[in-house]
Amino acid sequence: MAVGSFDFTIAIGGEAGQGIATPGDILARIFVRRGLHLNTYNAYQSIIRGGHIFLYLRVCDEEIYTHGDKLDILMCLNQDTMDRHLQLMRPGSWVLYNEDNIKPGEAGDGVQLCPLPVTKLSVTRNRLSQNTMAVGSAAHLLGLDFQVLEESLTLRFQRQGQAVIDENVSVARAGYDHSVANFEAFDQTVPTGPKPLAVWSGNEALAMGGAAAGVKFYAAYPMSPATGVLHWMAQNARNLGIMVRQVEDEIGVANMVIGAAHTGCRAMCATSGGGFALMTEAVGSAAMMEIPAVFIDVMRAGPSTGVPTKTEQGDLWQVLGASQGDFERFIVAPTTPVDCFNTMPELFNLTDKYQCPGIVVSDLLLSEGRFSIAPDLIDMHPHIDRGELITKGSSTDGYMRYKDTETGISPRALPGLEGYVHVVATDEHDENSQLLSDEFTNPHKRRKMVEKRARKFKVAIEDIKPPELEGPADAEITLIGWGSTYGVIREAVEILAQQGVAVNHLAIKWIVPFHGEAITEILSKSKRVVVVENSFSGQFYRYMRSETGLSVDGHIRKYDGEPFIPHHIVDGVKAHLAEKIECFVPYQEAIT
Amino acid sequence: MATTMPATDDKPVIPLTARDFKGLVDPDWCAGCGDFGVLNALQRSCAELGLRPHEILTVSGIGCSSNLPGYFNSYGMHTLHGRSLAVATGAKLGNHRLHVIVTGGDGDGYGIGGNHFTHTARRNVDLTYVVMNNQIYGLTTGQISPTSTMGMKTKSTPFGSVEAPLNPITSAIMNGATFVARGFSGDVRHLTELMKQAIQHSGFSLIDIFSPCVTFNHDNSNAFFKERIKKLEDEGHDTNDWKTACEKAMLFGDTIYTGLFFQKQAPTLGGSEPVLEPDEPLGLQTLGLDKEQTKRIIERMM
Ligand SMILES: Cc1ncc(C[n+]2csc(CCOP(=O)(O)OP(=O)(O)O)c2C)c(N)n1
Ligand code: SF4
Ligand SMILES: [Mg+2]
Repeated sequence: MAVGSFDFTIAIGGEAGQGIATPGDILARIFVRRGLHLNTYNAYQSIIRGGHIFLYLRVCDEEIYTHGDKLDILMCLNQDTMDRHLQLMRPGSWVLYNEDNIKPGEAGDGVQLCPLPVTKLSVTRNRLSQNTMAVGSAAHLLGLDFQVLEESLTLRFQRQGQAVIDENVSVARAGYDHSVANFEAFDQTVPTGPKPLAVWSGNEALAMGGAAAGVKFYAAYPMSPATGVLHWMAQNARNLGIMVRQVEDEIGVANMVIGAAHTGCRAMCATSGGGFALMTEAVGSAAMMEIPAVFIDVMRAGPSTGVPTKTEQGDLWQVLGASQGDFERFIVAPTTPVDCFNTMPELFNLTDKYQCPGIVVSDLLLSEGRFSIAPDLIDMHPHIDRGELITKGSSTDGYMRYKDTETGISPRALPGLEGYVHVVATDEHDENSQLLSDEFTNPHKRRKMVEKRARKFKVAIEDIKPPELEGPADAEITLIGWGSTYGVIREAVEILAQQGVAVNHLAIKWIVPFHGEAITEILSKSKRVVVVENSFSGQFYRYMRSETGLSVDGHIRKYDGEPFIPHHIVDGVKAHLAEKIECFVPYQEAIT
Repeated sequence: MATTMPATDDKPVIPLTARDFKGLVDPDWCAGCGDFGVLNALQRSCAELGLRPHEILTVSGIGCSSNLPGYFNSYGMHTLHGRSLAVATGAKLGNHRLHVIVTGGDGDGYGIGGNHFTHTARRNVDLTYVVMNNQIYGLTTGQISPTSTMGMKTKSTPFGSVEAPLNPITSAIMNGATFVARGFSGDVRHLTELMKQAIQHSGFSLIDIFSPCVTFNHDNSNAFFKERIKKLEDEGHDTNDWKTACEKAMLFGDTIYTGLFFQKQAPTLGGSEPVLEPDEPLGLQTLGLDKEQTKRIIERMM
């Protein structure tokens, strides 16, 4: 389905090391500078050379939330791409390829095969020429002026000097001219949006959101697909005065973050499931010591080392079960890139107020996708509320760090202040921090402290917006998703509406605290409920059931490593409407 | 440590005594436990250096020895087993004005926390690390530790340990620690002097202390050490000479050396970070970005 009046998807396929990112970047820049919306997904592998990589770039004059279903231009950088993807091209699409070394396959009706005589047209022997030439040709097919491309190339290669710019411009020009002479261009001209847009990834949005929230300490151990947060933080550390550390392992990361947080820094870290597994003991220690800190788990397909470069929503139970014992913590799954950003200051305010850890659950799709964003939608100066934090002054007799207050929240004094000297402890302790094990392990004191900490969370849910139903009230089916599936479900709902199928959508962002009552209330009015998740066992469904007692009518699940695209969900809804099935698992076209 | 807290006001500073560093509760260590001597030496050294309780952050892991922060009057963090150095690094970077003193056991520091030990030394974080090495797991009622000697019989090695021990001194030197010393809990005076030097040293300082467990390690008792210990300073040891330091640290027979094995001046982690140049510690800074910072971020995205 086309969302706006201009909705166009370019895909570039090749192997690692063939330089797919560069043409992707160049084209992406052109579109966002024109004010067009962008949604990209890179289907890649954990490999530095070889393998198969496939980059989607969807461009639209209206906001888009998924990389979509269809392809308009396919750029083949190797034979493999031609062989795998040609049969998926729709009528009216183009397939660009280097005719020197790629054999065309059987194209379907209306698919334009566009061979590029790369060696003949090239002024250089650079093996990346075919990429630049394909970009030149694509620019023509899209009806862009060559000058627009030239500007973008100049910007892209600025740092490498004039010679590199000239070489790329001339190769692109050759591709452009060849295309003008030989191929029929798109009949629509590329529109221009109201103002230039910026580009970010979900990881960058998380990092920026943290920075805007006032993060002063960031630590990490590299792990895909979370490493983008580290890279952004490292790049901006000195501009923003953030201490950024690469640590020996994730156990060290989490504990270092807690140490920094205890001295008053807003502190955070990001990893994927494997790294988060190593952090879990520390998460509970932050809860016990009542130190606010934020941990991000960017999910990849698991278990174990799993599929490092593929997406999944399989860590929900891991984060729910992270660390032994009963304790209070927030768990939140942002739904869109801008939500990634906004979630960070919101969560830091909550973790400061309730003096506990917060966990953000993202995934590869959301974190590593690159998306356009209007800069004025990014609030770099969000409200900051540090809760009951004592940062100044001296003395007050008998300060007790864990004072048993009515709200359960005990004013927190930072180390270094005179008169507030205290110890924080991972052992159970009394109001004055004294370990219970230092005397006889007093059951009344233990109960008091468990209840003190738990009391904080009696009201926490009031600080969190309940989920809202999107779409018609009298829908045939209510789709429930959580976290990153927001965008694709949203588009599927629109497609179904166009086809006359009324579906609505309940997107869940907050996992803990969970708005069970609000959800029960909403679902009580639904005709049929289907849960959409990117996991095999339906982790979210099982969690929702445990919290609400609700059962549902069916499921749409995917666990092959690739994200849902809209028609997967459309097909699932239709299958559920057609007959009673328990679980629909969409077929993943051989796109990667 | 190079940094000090500025005086908070102009009240005359009354000199403190070791007793002022007594914590909320009395230690629940077994009578005769070596850790008493270590606590005593630490209290004395802080008093003698003129430190104030609120300027100090003691950080420990879990173990009998790691209970020390509760018995010491200063800010303290009683963290997870093995994680004290990581937490302490974060805390020191978060507030570089604090004197961060890490206390713990051999199991805590060299076993479960071994990875942090290596890397904290390498990074030369400005911390003082006090290890109460009793060559046993005390709190868990007597199993071998990474420093237990070969052949030692414990509950987990009823037929004698067949593993070779780790040498904390040579390890620390090899890992890049810039102050490496060994003390003995039975010689509080000597230990106090070592601690004072370590606290004043700028960079990562380790004091590995023989601190006998009277309950579970009958091999390495007070008497065992008293008979064997010789002080490096009595023999004119050159603390710049890491090779001789290692040779001497490896002796564990009739002669066992205590004292300062090795010291060098090197940039600290915090000192190498421009982010810490502003006087105000990170943890006390006002949060939020300014217009200029924001502009630079957004420009990069366009
Ligand atoms: C993750 C974890 N594993 C195991 C333990 C149990 N434990 C507590 S203290 C300790 C060993 C303590 O030995 P050491 O650090 O040498 O201290 P000591 O009691 O001898 O002073 C162990 C294994 C724990 N608390 N946490
Ligand atoms: S068990 Fe050993 S180490 Fe623990 S307190 Fe007793 S003597 Fe000290
Ligand atoms: Mg021990």
